[in-house]
Parts: sequence; structure tokens; C-alpha cells
Amino acid sequence: MSGPDAAYAAFLAEGRLRLQRCEGCKRHIFYPRVLCPHCGSDSLNWVDASGRGTVYATTVVRKRPEEGGGHNLCLIDLEEGVRMASRVEGIAPEEVAIGMAVTARIAQQGEDAIVVFDLS
Amino acid sequence: MSGDLRGKAAAVGIGLAGIGAAPGFSHLDLTGQAVKIALDDAGLKLSDVDGLFASNLQNVFAPLNVGEYLGIRPKVTEGTQIGGSSPVAHLLWAALALEAGLCDVALVCYGSNQRSAAGRLLSPSTAEPLIYEQPYGPRYPISSYALATSRHMYEYGTTREQLAAIAVAARGWAAMNPVAFMRDPLTVEDVLAARMVCDPLTVRDCCLVTDGAGAVVMTRADRARDLKADPVYLLGCGHAHWHRQISQMPDLTTSAAVDSGKRAYAMARMGPDDIDVLELYDAFTITTLMFLEDLGFCPKGEGGPFVEDGRIAPGGSLPVNTNGGGLSCVHPGMYGIFTVIEAIEQLRGSAGERQVSGAQTAISHGNGGHFSSEVTAIWGTAATL
Repeated sequence: MSGPDAAYAAFLAEGRLRLQRCEGCKRHIFYPRVLCPHCGSDSLNWVDASGRGTVYATTVVRKRPEEGGGHNLCLIDLEEGVRMASRVEGIAPEEVAIGMAVTARIAQQGEDAIVVFDLS
Repeated sequence: MSGDLRGKAAAVGIGLAGIGAAPGFSHLDLTGQAVKIALDDAGLKLSDVDGLFASNLQNVFAPLNVGEYLGIRPKVTEGTQIGGSSPVAHLLWAALALEAGLCDVALVCYGSNQRSAAGRLLSPSTAEPLIYEQPYGPRYPISSYALATSRHMYEYGTTREQLAAIAVAARGWAAMNPVAFMRDPLTVEDVLAARMVCDPLTVRDCCLVTDGAGAVVMTRADRARDLKADPVYLLGCGHAHWHRQISQMPDLTTSAAVDSGKRAYAMARMGPDDIDVLELYDAFTITTLMFLEDLGFCPKGEGGPFVEDGRIAPGGSLPVNTNGGGLSCVHPGMYGIFTVIEAIEQLRGSAGERQVSGAQTAISHGNGGHFSSEVTAIWGTAATL
């Protein structure tokens, strides 16, 4: 038995991006929970995510050049109607723009598998 | 029902201490200094205080540390921590406790030595990692407000120059406030050319990091009239929160201030047109802009054009952040209490060079977290009762 955070992380570790979907109101949920924040139902199932998303907001967290010079931080709206914090890779952080179509990829960061995005 | 508290409680004493830099003093020392000034202002004694409404960023059980330091034994204690709006939120509970007779003298206070104690504060972002944001390297709270700014610019064409005009207006007010921390002239060009922290926000779009403490003493309105200072009445107060972390904010261009404002206006039986002075929590230039929209002073999306020509600066038609705000006066971790104290100064007519002539009503708007908790308080003079 594991809670929703651990289940989500375990799916990522297997290379799968999965979201919870509420059987009550049929909406997807992120971040993982034990009940639906839209309707209160506790009938939630894990479903595969499309991985298709759009940049909703973006910034560059600036750092000194010796610390890497800055990295992208953005919010991505997934096709399923949920939003997540992430970063877009493969282009300069300041080139990331709201409205860009992006695709999820699971990347290893230290000991954790995390979701990042590439331009579609 | 929501009108029942209108004008029932009043601020009768205010105190500021350690505004700017106060090396060598703890947050409790500064809180104590502000409390002493506020009680003297009211003509009351520490032993009269039987309701304590205290917050800080340095003690998990803040009201206990503050109560112990002051040597008081409160009958009613509140210390809900919802970020920088907390002291504004506590006003509602203070008014309610006073009206219910649970206490007779309520003390609302906050203090921090954030500047002098750099690195030794309880940091919400390290004490409580937000596990679905932390892997991407946020710089809290700036990166969250930068994300909101990016969205406002995208949806409404808001420009960096318009945001900079907010910082310039705040500096203009600060220049007339002898205790403000930064009083040197500031231009739009200065703001734009300052060091970028999180695009599109430069360090001059961001609040100060200072020391400082504030205290407000409140009593029921009937008793307030017999005390030393001219009472300033709490006409309305509304709370709202919709999220904790920025990735869960439903729409990055609209804050829960639309709800806190509606609730406060309903209690005060007023609307934006009735307000003379605005003290809006300006952690970042974008917060002032969004609160002007969300509290109904301009339509959604028109905050940029609304502020760009000096409307909120000294000499403009709408006085906003008349002490210089968190951007130029003081921002010791949480700024909420200072929106309250400046509103009361203005309605007492004791704001000196920066006094808004004839001000009868004022808003204190508190913000906490990442546009997370919004609290709106409306104050009025005796003429508004």
C-alpha cells in the first residue's frame, strides 16, 4: 500500500507519467490526492497522461554566471486540464514563451525521476 | 449579518519600531518597542491587554513567545499564520472577540529582524518544501510572482515600464516619509536597468528586506472615544484564500482579493468609489497592480494603463501606498501590519508631509504566500459611522 505521492513517484520511476482521474466528476487531478478537489469524491483512478501541454507562464530564475546563469521555471497546462510546475529544456531559458506547445519527458534528476518538457 | 461588526471596534493606538535596520535587536525586542509606543499612544498599559493577536516568522508558536516576552496573560489568543496578510486577518478576529466581550483590549502585533538576522529566519520554503515545485528550482517567493507577471503581460499587454511606474510612485511617497528605508529618487529607467532577479522582475520590482515591527491596539468603539487618540474605526474586513502554491492558483491574473474585497465592502457598506487612500501589500510591483484590479479600482487587465501616468504617485488622483510601501519603506518578511498602521496614520491626519488631505476612508490590503491569502480591511473616521 502506498499513498498518492508515492504512487505517482513510482510511476515516474517506471517511465510513466500518470494522473489521477475522478470517477465522480470525470476530471483529472494534479497534484495527487486522496480525494477530488473539484467534487470531493474519493473514487480516483490512475490513467496515462497524453504528455501534451502548453506553456501557461514562464520565468528565468537568474543566478550568477558561476552558478549557471539562470534556469527556466514554468507552469505547463496539460491537455487533461491540469497544471504543473516544470521547465522546458532544449532551448535557452529566456526563449521559453507562453503558448508554446510542449511534450512531457521523464528525466532523472539526482535520485528522482521528474517531468520536464521539450518543444513539440 | 456581515454588517454587524461595522464600526464596532476601533484602533486606538499604533506603534512602529526598528523600521529599516535595527542591528543588535531581536524580533521580540522590536515587537516590544512597537507595543510600548502603541500602548503609550492609546494611554493604556500592558496590564490592560487581554487579547493577543501576534505573528512572526521566527517562532512556530509566535503568540506564546510574544505573550511571554511582554509578560501578559491573554484571555484570547490568535496567531494564525497565513503569510504576510496574517496581521490584517487578525483584525477581524480582534473585532469579533472585542464585540463578543471575550476581551477588552486587543493587541495586534508583528516584528522581524529579517535584515539584521539574515539567514536565521524560519523560511517557509525550506521548512516546508513544496514537493511538486521544488525540483524545478523556484526562488520563493519571487519566482511565483514572476510567473504571475508573465501571464498578466501575455494576456493584457502589461509592460515592464507600467510595472516600474508602481515602484517609482512608491518611492515618491517614501521620499516624504522620514522613516522610509529607501528615499533616493528612482526613475522607470532605474527600475528597468536594475539587476534581473526572476524575469521580468528586477530587484527594484521587489520589496525591500528590512527589519521592523508594528503594533495596533484596538478596543470597542464606545471605550475608544474615551482614550487619548482619535479612534479609527474598522468598518469591514474580509478574508479569502484559494491556493497555497503558485502552480495551484486557478488564474494567475486574478487573486482571491476579488473575494476578500467583496466581503470587506459588504461589511463596510461601501465600494471602491468610497475609498480615499489605499495601502496595498506591495511585495512586488505586480501585487499593487493586481490588487487595484481585483479590489475594483480599474477593470481587470487595465492596471498597467491605470498606473503608468502617475495616478497613484504623490499628486495623482488615487493615493496608494502612502508610506512608500514594501517597495520603498519597510518589508521585514511580512508587511501586513504596516498597511494597517499607515491607513490609521492617514485617517488620523498625522501623516505629515505625505498626508492625504481630508482622507476619511482607507483600505489595508494584506497578501500572503504566493498570491495565496488575501485579506482586505476598510477603515473610517468617526464621520463615516
